[in-house]
Amino acid sequence: MRTLEQTTQEVLDLASKHFNVPAGSLAPEDDFFKKLGIDSLQTLEMLSRLENHFGIELPDYEVQGVSDFRTLASRIQSRL
Amino acid sequence: MLDLSKYQSIGASLKDALGKFSGEVCLIESDREREKERLAYRDFKERAHPLAKALQDAGFVAGDRASIIMTNQSKWLISAYAVFYAGGVLVPLDYKLTPDEQWQLLKHSGTKVLITEYPIWRQLSAAEGRSAATNARTVLVTEAPHSADLGGAQRWEEFQGSGEPAFVPRIRKDVACIVYSSGTGGRPKGCMMTHENYLEQCVALTSIYPFAPGVRYLSILPTNHAIDFMVGFFGPFICGAAVVHLRTLRPEYVREAFSKYKITYVSLVPLVLKNLQKGLQTRFDELPSGKRKVFNAMVAVNKALTKSRPRLGLSRRLLKQVHEPFGGELRTIIVGGAFTEPQTLQFFYNLGIPVANGYGLTEAGTAITVNDLKPFRADTVGKPLPGMEVRIVSPSADGIGEVSVRSKTIMSGYLNEPELTAETIVDGWLMTGDLGRFDPEGHLQLFGRKKNMIVTEEGKNIYPEDIEAVFESLPVKEFCIFAANYIWPQRSMVGEQLLLALHLEPGQTYTEELRRDISARNSKLLNYKRIHGVVLFDEDFPRTASLKIKRNALAEQLAKLDRATAFLPL
Repeated sequence: MRTLEQTTQEVLDLASKHFNVPAGSLAPEDDFFKKLGIDSLQTLEMLSRLENHFGIELPDYEVQGVSDFRTLASRIQSRL
Repeated sequence: MLDLSKYQSIGASLKDALGKFSGEVCLIESDREREKERLAYRDFKERAHPLAKALQDAGFVAGDRASIIMTNQSKWLISAYAVFYAGGVLVPLDYKLTPDEQWQLLKHSGTKVLITEYPIWRQLSAAEGRSAATNARTVLVTEAPHSADLGGAQRWEEFQGSGEPAFVPRIRKDVACIVYSSGTGGRPKGCMMTHENYLEQCVALTSIYPFAPGVRYLSILPTNHAIDFMVGFFGPFICGAAVVHLRTLRPEYVREAFSKYKITYVSLVPLVLKNLQKGLQTRFDELPSGKRKVFNAMVAVNKALTKSRPRLGLSRRLLKQVHEPFGGELRTIIVGGAFTEPQTLQFFYNLGIPVANGYGLTEAGTAITVNDLKPFRADTVGKPLPGMEVRIVSPSADGIGEVSVRSKTIMSGYLNEPELTAETIVDGWLMTGDLGRFDPEGHLQLFGRKKNMIVTEEGKNIYPEDIEAVFESLPVKEFCIFAANYIWPQRSMVGEQLLLALHLEPGQTYTEELRRDISARNSKLLNYKRIHGVVLFDEDFPRTASLKIKRNALAEQLAKLDRATAFLPL
């Protein structure tokens, strides 16, 4: 079973890979809209990647109002 | 042309349609690969009537208000119909607002019954704002897990009365819906839309974009939005068409839905349309050189043959590889909520996919003008719909002035805001606050806004005063938020941004620490509500006797600054 820290790190690694930003340039508290310059649609795309990686189903509403990686990771963690 | 003249209300017209199209499919709900639900009109009625009866048993009477905060799904429409059947006033709220914003609107609207989904209720019930909205006495929650603590709410699925509900008639001038066009700040703008507004708009829109049994509309825009309410509920239901809901809006499932359900119409906001364009363009660019040349030649042929009007059959044959992924039945993409760039519209039209761009406001009952595609024009927002009188007020030498509208689709006013209503509807004419002019062919062209607000590409109306609370107690002398284009008019409807005007304390400088403080507060706002930059102003803000900032006067002073140097990006 992953810890929340591990899940958060995997989310950050995946996001940096998916959106082509240098590994290590993202932090858990970062606002992903701002840091990655993405819109809500691209966030949904990122969600699909995360689902495949973690092998879970993450309903769209789980990201409603979420804008930082740490909270996103905790939503994933609760479904692992 | 559809004749709804014999009907007095949304409820009465839908009641007849449910009987008339009894065996036709009205709703399909899909969740990823799974089809969760497929309802015929008779099934829809069987689901809605027990809910209407239970509402009546709970004391819900004519004129009572019921709010829906849900994502697009069948229970949204079933609940709405039950409310209309029971003579209620529907308050459709945006599920993307924060819980406290939602409570504020629930209070403002005087909602008696709230209908929502469990994940939304989980957040709503824990929010501080709940204590303020004690008027929402009955809360119905859909899809709650068995073990869930509902915090005083009831399960939607179990809230059923026995026996037939009594149909409660309403008249055309009665309020049917209170639709918040924006404003969760100090002054929520609740548009009171009458039954007549919807009946008339439905007739006008279906005269250009007809619905009938067999037509399938893909409902992606939130149904609380005026456009989806009309073309994703009322319009198709009145005509016996079907509405397809997706429980997830991931691009891959949306793409799949087009071919799986042979979609006829879809409404999108410009942001999604542009995204679709990007995806298609990438696909075309990746074609091997030879194939790309053939493809480009076919696009050129299609363009030439559809110059005067769309020829769907021909375009589908010529550009099969483009049309097949869309299911092969797509007639029109309806785009709304914000301004769409002409090159995006042209891109799709060249491929034989007409995009119905238009112009509208919630206050005007959805659409004022639409492009009738005869011929297609990417540079305008089309001609006024039947029944719409549109005029340009105080035009300048180049013919540009404020667009105003008079029609039976104009709202009756803003809830609890008689002064604001009087400023907005003058002698029966709705002052839109948008700048435009008519060209010689009678097409409306838009040139920016007269009012201090922005509309994002996602179709969100943002008023500066609604987001100022986040910057309260900022360590500066005073601050005020503006739409940048309001201060420095650009004659453009795209790329609108908000700015924070700052007056620093004597001797204070704009430090990195202050910038970080602003940035941190900014990130608390939903992404589409954020400011993009700061403007420093070194004089006291003009204020009224009661010390309120005179926004217009301040804007005039700020306008004297050079935008290029004064606007400091955050």
